This record gives sequence, structure tokens and C-alpha cells, in this order.
Amino acid sequence: MWSGEYSFVLRNLIEKDFKVRYRNMSLGILWSLLNPLIMMGVLTFVFTQIFRNSNVTNFPIFVLCGMVPLSFFQIAWVSGTTSLLENAAMIKKIPVPRQVFPIASVFSNCLHLIIQVGLLLGIVVVFGRGVNVYWLWLPVLWGLEIVFVIGLTLAFSAVNVYIRDTRYVVESANTVLFWLVPVFYSFSVIPARYHEIYQFNPVAALVLMMRTILLDGQAPSMHTLSLLFLVSVIMLWAGLAIFARLTKGFYEHL
Amino acid sequence: MTVLEFQHVSKAFPRVKGQQLLRTHIVRWFGEGRKQEDFYALKDVSFRMQEGESLAIVGRNGAGKSTLLGLAAGLTNPTEGHVHRTGRVGPLLELGSGFHPDLTGAENLMLNAALLGLSRKQTKGAVEEIVEYSGLGEFINEPLRTYSSGMVVRLGFSVAIRIDPDILIIDEILAVGDAAFQEKCRQTIDSFVRAGKSLLFVSHSSGKVREMCKRAIWLDHGAVMMDGDVSDVLDAYEGREVLNNQV
Repeated sequence: MWSGEYSFVLRNLIEKDFKVRYRNMSLGILWSLLNPLIMMGVLTFVFTQIFRNSNVTNFPIFVLCGMVPLSFFQIAWVSGTTSLLENAAMIKKIPVPRQVFPIASVFSNCLHLIIQVGLLLGIVVVFGRGVNVYWLWLPVLWGLEIVFVIGLTLAFSAVNVYIRDTRYVVESANTVLFWLVPVFYSFSVIPARYHEIYQFNPVAALVLMMRTILLDGQAPSMHTLSLLFLVSVIMLWAGLAIFARLTKGFYEHL
Repeated sequence: MTVLEFQHVSKAFPRVKGQQLLRTHIVRWFGEGRKQEDFYALKDVSFRMQEGESLAIVGRNGAGKSTLLGLAAGLTNPTEGHVHRTGRVGPLLELGSGFHPDLTGAENLMLNAALLGLSRKQTKGAVEEIVEYSGLGEFINEPLRTYSSGMVVRLGFSVAIRIDPDILIIDEILAVGDAAFQEKCRQTIDSFVRAGKSLLFVSHSSGKVREMCKRAIWLDHGAVMMDGDVSDVLDAYEGREVLNNQV
């Protein structure tokens, strides 16, 4: 009954987010660069000066490979979770398919992501190992990560309509995630019995594979990659299914 | 041809006190004794609307008018009964609800057109006409927060009318614009109905209702009190209101 164009709606919603966000920031896009650089500086200081971590070389790049995927994941998850409530006025008045709101919210965070990945790759080219053929895997890895986040966000945004505390659960989970994703420690220090389960965490899997490609100059582990693929596709399917089920009550609960 | 049909439609809303918190859900799961009763905004409503018909819904605040429009527009499904719809619905409910104050009129126009279901091509082709119709002139490139409420409605109506619906659903939106624009809207809507499209209309101004519609339904506490010729229904409704106010 709604006969519009999904791509046109998504593009307009994403553009809206960009324009609104950057018109209200005097430093604009610079914030997207500053944030990971500051975190990189602080973590490098702490873990090379205070807690010495001798088995990692090139710690700044090492940390940035962790921070960039994690911060994208955190921001996209939180803002996607609240996207339906923020757009409640539209949802109650315009019969547009509601899936577009969380999906657009994830995509509009991709601008941050592109800037930060650009920063990371720039630093690797200048201070690290430089470009190698395995970089061709990077778009695939990021694509899977985005698929995963969209699935996750669809599910959480729908639940958040019914249970408004969901947002705070997500925020707490994000804090925990900083410690459970190998941002400032390497995979090799994790006890072997946790290895398998660690790779099921898609953010951790992405961080590991980014390091393999950018720091070691090797192809990502096919085992980890197939786990990431599996987890992302299942999450997207589950997210769509949960959303479709819960969407029936949005009008009453918003 | 019937374009819209309500068959014994009831719509319940959960009675939620304040916000929807985790606590509320836990209490509901475990506290069997304190089960909350749903609130019925519509009770067993049935009617049919034909092609080319103009139908008004009248009633006091909270009578279920907006819920009825929401169901007609497909924003939500009935709790009981069925809503059948043929053709494209143009819901002009609270114009500009998708607008963002920091975007310009032109940017909001694109966004709103996309949300309402216009394609990229249709929107590109219609931008000039929409701006022209709205009469906003150079203000179209100013941020929306500088607009008066009348200007917001002008823009909202100009976009929404572009989707060329088979059923036009209008909820008390024309009260804000100035007399000239209201007249322009009235003429546009009139030409719609003359072209064989249908109109579902809610307004508290009985003058407007008489002017725009031939048939009216009077809702009270979610139930249909009367369905018939607009002047009969309005006379009965207004007579009752006068009585109520005297008591």
C-alpha cells in the first residue's frame, strides 16, 4: 500500500542526519577524526608507559584497529536503538515501512566510519607496513559488520518501543564491550579455551582480522571470516523477523 | 465502487501509566491479579465509503476520530474486525510531522515526498510546482524553524497533495493557514472529489464540514451514533452538544 522507493527514502533520511548533525557542530567532520586520535593517544600512553605491553609492536596502530570498529559499533547500536522513538511523529502519521528508520540510522553513522577508516589506513601507509593485496578484504569485512549492526539495531529499536530501558541496557553493554573486545590487548594473551567463543563476537572478529591484514600483512583467517559471515547473516534475519513481529504494536506504544 | 470499508472494527489501546519501563512489563507478567484493562478507542464501527464520496467524521475530543483515520490510513491494524482499502491513500494527518526544524523548506520537501511515497523521479519533476503551489517563494531555502505555523502547513499540504491519492484523509489541518490558502486548499480538494476521488475529513468547524462533505458519521466514545446526510448528522450532534453544555 506504500508505493515509494526504499532507496530514495533511505537517502533522504541519511542526508537529513548528516545535515542536522554537521550544521550543529562548528568543527564538523573534524570531530570524527579527533575522537579516535585522542583515544589512541591516551591508550598508547597508558599501555606503553604505565602498563608495559612488550608483545605488541606499533601500539598506536594496534589500538586504532580496535577503536575504529568498536566506536562505530557502539554509536550505531545506541543511535539505531533510539531511532524509532526519535521518529515517532513520522511513524504515527505516515504509513512508510518502519524498517527504514533504524536502517537509515546505521548508514548515517557510516560517514564517521569512512572518515575513521580513512584515518587508520592513512596512518598505516605512513607509519606502518603500507598497502598490501589483502586490503581488498577490508570492504567485505566492513560490509559484514554493517549487516550485523543493521540486524542488531532492527531488533533493539523494536524492543525499545515496548521497553524504554533497552537504551540503557545497550549503553551498559557498550561499556562492557570495551573490555571484551581486544582493543588494547592482543588475541594471543587470551587463554586458549576462550578463543573459539571470542571469535563469535563479530566486533572482536573484525578487530582480529583488521590487525591480521593491516599489521601482519596476511590474509584474514577463513575460519574467523566464515564465523563473522554466519553470525551477521543470522543476526540480520533475526532482526528482520523480530522487527516484523513487533511492528504491529508500534502505533499503540509510541 | 467501495474504496474503503470498515467491518465491525474495534481498536484497543493498552492502558499504560506513564512510560513503558521494564518494571511495567515485569509487573504485568507476574502480577496476575492486577491485570490492566485495555482501553477501546473504537467499538464495532462499520461503514463503507464509495468512490467520489466525501465523508466527514465528527465527534468530541477523544471520540475516536483520529484512531479511525489512523486505521483508514493503514498506520495500525484493528484489534477486531477488518479494514478493506482499494487504491492509494493520502494521509494528510498533522502536516509537517516529518519536518525537521534545522533543514530548509526545500530539504524538508524532498524528505517528506520520499516518506509519503513519491519516487525520486516524481519528486524531481514536481519540486517546482510544489514550491509554486505553496507560495513560499524565497523562504523555501530558509530553515524551517524560521517558518510560521501557517507556512509549515502550506508546505506540508503542497507536498502531500502531490501524491495524487485515491482516498484523501484530512485531519483538522487546514485551520492554521490564512484565508487565501485555505480557499486554495478547498478548491484543490473539491477538484479531487469531482475527479472521482474520495475524501475522509475530520474537522471541528461545522462550517467546513458542511462545505466539504455530503455525508457525515458522528462518533461518540468510539461508537457510531449516527451515519447519514451531513446536515442531519451535524444538527443532531450539535443539538446534543448544546444540551450537554447546559447540564
